Amino acid sequence: MNGIDTVGPQLSVLGAAGLILVVDALMPQQRRLLPFIALIGLAFSALWTLSWVGRDFDPNDLTTFDGTLGLDQYSAFFYFLFAGITATVVLASIDWVNREGRGQGEYYALVMTVCAGLMFLSAARDLITIFLALELSSIPQYILAGWGKDKRSSEAGIKYLLLGAVASSLLLYGMALLYGVSGTTLLDGIGAFVASPEGEANRSLLVLAMVLLMAGFGFKMAVVPFQMWVPDVYQGAPTPVAAFLSVGSKGAAFAVVVRVFIEALGADVLSDDWSMIFAILAAVSMTLGNVMAVVQTDIKRMLGYSSIAQAGNFLIGLAAISAGDERFTLGASGVLLFVAAYAFTNLGAFVAVIAISQRIGSDQIKDYAGMWRRSPVLALGLAFCLVSLTGIPPTVGFWAKLYIFNAGIRADLGWLVVIGVLNSVISAYYYLGVARQLFTGGDENTERVPTSPSIGLSLGAATLGVLVFSIIPMPLMSAARDAAEVLTR
Amino acid sequence: MDLTIVTFLPVVAAAIIMLLPQQQEQNAKYVALLFAVGGLLYSLFLFADFDVNGTGYQLVENRKWVEIGQFDLRYHLGVDGLSMPLVLLTTFLTVAAVLVSFSVNMRPRLYYSMLMLLSTSVIGVFVSLDFMLFFLFWELELFPMFLLIAIWGSGRREYSATKFVLYTIAGSAFMLLGILALAFSANTFDIVELSQAEFKDTIFPLSWVFLFLFIGFAVKLPIVPLHTWLPDAHGDAPTAVSVMLAGVLLKMGGYGLIRMCVSILPETADDYSVWFVGIGAFSVLYGAFVTLRQTDLKRLIAYSSVSHMGLVLLGIGAMGKESMMGATYQMLAHGVVTGMLFTSVGLMYERTHTREIARLGGLARQMPLITTGLVFAGFASLGLPALAGFVAEVTVFLGSFARYEWAVLLSLGGVVLSAGYILWTLQRTVFGPVRHDWDGVTDAHHWWEHAVVLGLAASVILLGVYPALMMDMIGPAMDPIVQRLSA
Repeated sequence: MNGIDTVGPQLSVLGAAGLILVVDALMPQQRRLLPFIALIGLAFSALWTLSWVGRDFDPNDLTTFDGTLGLDQYSAFFYFLFAGITATVVLASIDWVNREGRGQGEYYALVMTVCAGLMFLSAARDLITIFLALELSSIPQYILAGWGKDKRSSEAGIKYLLLGAVASSLLLYGMALLYGVSGTTLLDGIGAFVASPEGEANRSLLVLAMVLLMAGFGFKMAVVPFQMWVPDVYQGAPTPVAAFLSVGSKGAAFAVVVRVFIEALGADVLSDDWSMIFAILAAVSMTLGNVMAVVQTDIKRMLGYSSIAQAGNFLIGLAAISAGDERFTLGASGVLLFVAAYAFTNLGAFVAVIAISQRIGSDQIKDYAGMWRRSPVLALGLAFCLVSLTGIPPTVGFWAKLYIFNAGIRADLGWLVVIGVLNSVISAYYYLGVARQLFTGGDENTERVPTSPSIGLSLGAATLGVLVFSIIPMPLMSAARDAAEVLTR
Repeated sequence: MDLTIVTFLPVVAAAIIMLLPQQQEQNAKYVALLFAVGGLLYSLFLFADFDVNGTGYQLVENRKWVEIGQFDLRYHLGVDGLSMPLVLLTTFLTVAAVLVSFSVNMRPRLYYSMLMLLSTSVIGVFVSLDFMLFFLFWELELFPMFLLIAIWGSGRREYSATKFVLYTIAGSAFMLLGILALAFSANTFDIVELSQAEFKDTIFPLSWVFLFLFIGFAVKLPIVPLHTWLPDAHGDAPTAVSVMLAGVLLKMGGYGLIRMCVSILPETADDYSVWFVGIGAFSVLYGAFVTLRQTDLKRLIAYSSVSHMGLVLLGIGAMGKESMMGATYQMLAHGVVTGMLFTSVGLMYERTHTREIARLGGLARQMPLITTGLVFAGFASLGLPALAGFVAEVTVFLGSFARYEWAVLLSLGGVVLSAGYILWTLQRTVFGPVRHDWDGVTDAHHWWEHAVVLGLAASVILLGVYPALMMDMIGPAMDPIVQRLSA
């Protein structure tokens, strides 16, 4: 593979972003077409990725930008995922953007830019590329978080920017250290160095670099103790943007972390250390995220804290990577499966929240009482997504949890799995608490909450994804496994 | 395909009901009835066709479903002499539940589709031979139950529905830990394989695994002190849901104890035998004492269920063939008897709008048919010979006496008390001076009300006078378990 083919999916997305800006500037009366341009660009991107499938991926094909991008099934998995996520977010944004009125072209262009950044991030196999991709996806997100007109949104934007900058600098510091000891920025080069006797000799520096990388990525993954921005930003940012943050940037952060820690830091000399650290972070993230989520009264803050807890679940998979017979595959594929399952489900929940809060003008959980009378479709969709987020069988959330717990047990992390199961019970309390609200009380207000076609479509797409993969989870599981196997070849 | 059809027939009904147009929504009940009767006839046919002398599972379906790491999760269904009667009980009580719901007019489409979904999940629990599939059906039941209680219930319905769900989920979390521990040790989720496996290197000690599974099932059974969700759920649930809850949902707990705890971990179960029996006898007595103090008819029946389920635990805990047969029979008998109690009370409540025992009295005059049903079911519940409850109690006591004399003697106290609370209740509600508050209330007069009361009464008599019908089937199913226990 060479030439334009290698970055086709990203170029389609970025091309659509450019086209959106042009159309917005030159044909202002055609603005309603903007989201469709975005959707077409995303569809084109997915088709391009699809055209790769069946071709032989070679992760060691160093001709693609000197080995800085991995064009493998791993990237393809995330290209599909991010195209799907972005399409859902675009659909869910239409109503909100139309109501907001200003800067429609910029909004969609920024969303598409984030998507391209996320795609690059999942493919990057070089420290500099990783950093650039991270910034390409982050900077538009800072702007998007502050897009709303109210003070809360501005506060969210600034807070996200400042803490993001700190995280980036930590990351950069870690990368500089890695480059300093190993003399290369390519992940496989670093991996070879770490595995060599020289790596052993420089172990303390490597551990320091590793911890800095964890901190930098931890911010994007939104795991404890790098989570303080999450509730405020989720609450303040426009809801479609919060939805995007909760699945897009988190998913990409896990994509890159899995790749970096397997390819560059996977040698035995380090893997036991990061496995243990990730295990501890997992336990703390799950517990703290869930406990904090229980006391929330604002649904967006609740989803924010719960996303921290969910990230803790992903971390179980990361912690399980370095051990077990299938060495990397089970844990890594568990992370991928969980990211994908969580993405559909959380997006579905957010879309329903977008639709409901637009109508009732409140994000308070108590105002959701009796929602099923006012909009049965939204209430059932939201309840279904919440049940899946809890991990109640037979939903895709349950399969993902089972898969990742299996990985944990195979890696002798029984204690962590026990904590995970107990946390599922805590999460049931608040997820199902919201579901309960939807179906009870609220007799006094019977004004109907209508669903616009775009919201209906995005909610339908997300919940259909959840439903289909709940009943037939095998395709998603094998896709995740094939993708993860690329890293371990 | 037979078991797939029986299991998923109600889901088909639910789908059809949901697709009914708005102006047709009153026809939901007929669709539900049609499919429920169809399911009953189909399972009757399977029951008649069941080979009583056959060993192992029958009507087996086994297909690969999901592969996770080293595991195959299989779509593995089958019935033996333990589960076949319970499947029949479920399809039978589903018909009863649909019939007693005929007066429900609020959102009938959602109501009946949830009732059908509930039926599917319970049948699925009884026919699953893959522990994960079993668990999926086990959890699936939560969603319809929550909605049915929270939307169509009475009193503190939302509180009760939530409490029910939280208790079950907490129990299930433990059960899931137990399932995972077993599966990771034996590398399979298949119940048939697990029942023959030797467990080495489990992540928890086997006694913990056993305890986790036990908690999961015990919440459902329920045993004292994990029973407090039951009176609330029963008290506030609509009649049909009470029938299903007492009739079959509690049996999932007893079934799980025999099928999983005792069959898969016989040695550990035997070590804890005395705890089973002790908790069982305590539940019998405690449940009976608390029942005496109840002032609400439905809560009264709920507590009497706690007492009766204690007998199930006692029978299972004695770990003899006869005692476990008795426990299984007690599940069947309690299913139809309590189903009938709740039906009668539900019919009374529809007319009087109160379940306060103190406000009722002398109802035999105003509604002779309904009260006859209540008296009949009450006698069956206290263990009158020739009715279903008697056979079950005697078998449990005879089977357990050799090993746990003391527990049987204690439980007999519970039986005496049950005569007390039943007769006292009947005396306060059905007999006694006529209250003029209730002048003019109607008796059962719809065909479905007659059908459900007569059908349940017939089954109570049938189980009471012809126990061999079920015992011949249950007995052989206990043989492999007893063999494992004595090995």
